[in-house]
Amino acid sequence: MGNQNRQDSLERSTWQLIVFRFSKNRLAMLGVIVLGLMILAILLAPLYMPYDEMIRQNVFNKLHPPSAQHPLGTDELGRDLLARVMYGGRISLFGGIATITIAFVAGCMIGGIAGYFGGKVDTVLMRIIDMLMAIPPVLMAMAILTALGNGLFNLIISLAISQIPRFARVVRSSVLTLRGLEYVDAARCYGCSSFKIILRHILPNGIGPIVVAATLTLGQIILSISSMGFLGLGVAPPTPEWGTIISENKLNLRYCPYLGIAPGICICLVVMAVNFIGDGLRDAFDPKTKN
Amino acid sequence: MAQDIKLNLEEILLDISDLHVQYNTDDATIFALNGFNLQVRRGEKLGLVGETGAGKTTMALSVLRLLPDKIGKVTAGRILYGGDDLLEQTEAYMLGLRGRRISMIFQDPMTSLNPIVAVGDQIMEVLDLHAPYMSRYEKNERVDRILSMVGIPPARKMEFPYQFSGGMKQRIVIAMALIAEPELLLADEPTTALDVTMQAQILDMMSRLKQEFNTSVVLITHDLGVVAEFCDRVAVVYAGKVVEQGAVEQVFARVRNHPYTVGLLNCIPDLESTAARLIPIPGQMADPTRLSPGCAFADRCVHCMDICRRKPPKMYEQDGHWILCHLFKERED
Repeated sequence: MGNQNRQDSLERSTWQLIVFRFSKNRLAMLGVIVLGLMILAILLAPLYMPYDEMIRQNVFNKLHPPSAQHPLGTDELGRDLLARVMYGGRISLFGGIATITIAFVAGCMIGGIAGYFGGKVDTVLMRIIDMLMAIPPVLMAMAILTALGNGLFNLIISLAISQIPRFARVVRSSVLTLRGLEYVDAARCYGCSSFKIILRHILPNGIGPIVVAATLTLGQIILSISSMGFLGLGVAPPTPEWGTIISENKLNLRYCPYLGIAPGICICLVVMAVNFIGDGLRDAFDPKTKN
Repeated sequence: MAQDIKLNLEEILLDISDLHVQYNTDDATIFALNGFNLQVRRGEKLGLVGETGAGKTTMALSVLRLLPDKIGKVTAGRILYGGDDLLEQTEAYMLGLRGRRISMIFQDPMTSLNPIVAVGDQIMEVLDLHAPYMSRYEKNERVDRILSMVGIPPARKMEFPYQFSGGMKQRIVIAMALIAEPELLLADEPTTALDVTMQAQILDMMSRLKQEFNTSVVLITHDLGVVAEFCDRVAVVYAGKVVEQGAVEQVFARVRNHPYTVGLLNCIPDLESTAARLIPIPGQMADPTRLSPGCAFADRCVHCMDICRRKPPKMYEQDGHWILCHLFKERED
């Protein structure tokens, strides 16, 4: 059996091994499946649930409990909740993931460069990050959004910028501990350029805590998108979006709790799925994980 | 043909002359190398011995131009390698040189390998950097070949560093250093972290590989026993200066030695000797933040004369065996 495994692994590269270890992690695969199904359902929504149905208001039909016709019931304006949750996912899910991705990549670059090169580069970059950090994230996002003009794309950009400092800080501190290690010196000795060293030898070794931080931030970002919507920035009603759906239905929660539960569960599922995936990625990067 | 080989042996590959390196920290300036002179010929094995802090590693890092940024600085001297002064080359030139023409092995094999990259991929990375024209198949062949040469079954190349023992890791590090067939290998205490049986194996293997690739080896160590066994020539370093250099036979003959070398030789336990104790060198290593105008070893030297504290010693040479000491200057007169 051992021999068989060895034969199998002969032609695998390091990256294929990471994918292999990831696929062996049950929770992480569960996360992938849940997230995949949600993305599919949201993307394919127009096929089984026309957009018109979502916005059609029918006040006679308001606050219907779940039924065959409206699987999740209707809200106080008589709109089908399931449809609103599906279409709302487009903004919440994709907006959230796009925001995290931008903040993650930019944070890794800034933190990586600052930590690796040190000295003046570090001082300049980190003081800029400190300035960004001094302003509360929501206030900062508001300011940027006001300057750039309203819109979903600008909302994503502004939220991403407000999240960069936390990533840059985490990345920088792990780069600082890693760059003094001997294998980094060894890589320099066999002719690796600084850029390749950061990308190949430092970031993959320090990625664990960064990925976990990123996945945990996603839930917060989804809520930020709706709080920005509440302030009239970014996504405004009647465009659906998970956070907005919950806040719209606040008043009716007492008698129609399902109105808040459905979008709430969606947010929970996404955050948990992404978190499992993040944990799985962290473990997959560490070859000592037993599988 | 025989003459060709002889000529080849005489060719000087690395020529360090009058190299001065200092480390500027917040509290003090440390004079790590003070007029360091060293010649390495093509295909030879040179042992570089000296105490901790004598500047052996600093020498190796200066050659690769990898002294710590902003702290380490070359203040004077020349490093000629194959005719080019390395101190004047661009960074792009150095990137092509490191790993391809000069390789370095570090002391601790436990930390010299990236823990999350399979060892085969790490070895191949050197080829990716220096031989991008090679096909993947060809690179795989080369990796398999070098692994079997260092005694690691190629079937294990997809395993990770933690799955190997210390000696095996050091062999992988050596495989990495040699895969691009460099002309010069700087081995910085490659066996210090290993046990004695492993030490012998590694040295034996390095000897065989050296023959295969005709690589020059600079073996940095503080073990004179290893030098006597492994090297052709030896250079003794004290306080950032080579104080004695010569063929292993010349230095170990104990006919004429620098007093510091005598001290080092007296510290080797001898099975036949009846002496109850070894004779240590008195005193401490010279303070590298304060340089004396004369010989750095003067304070610890049993033969110390008046002139030693005032003037730096001149070179005394006989048949390519040279010593920096006032003692022999006098004898020559």
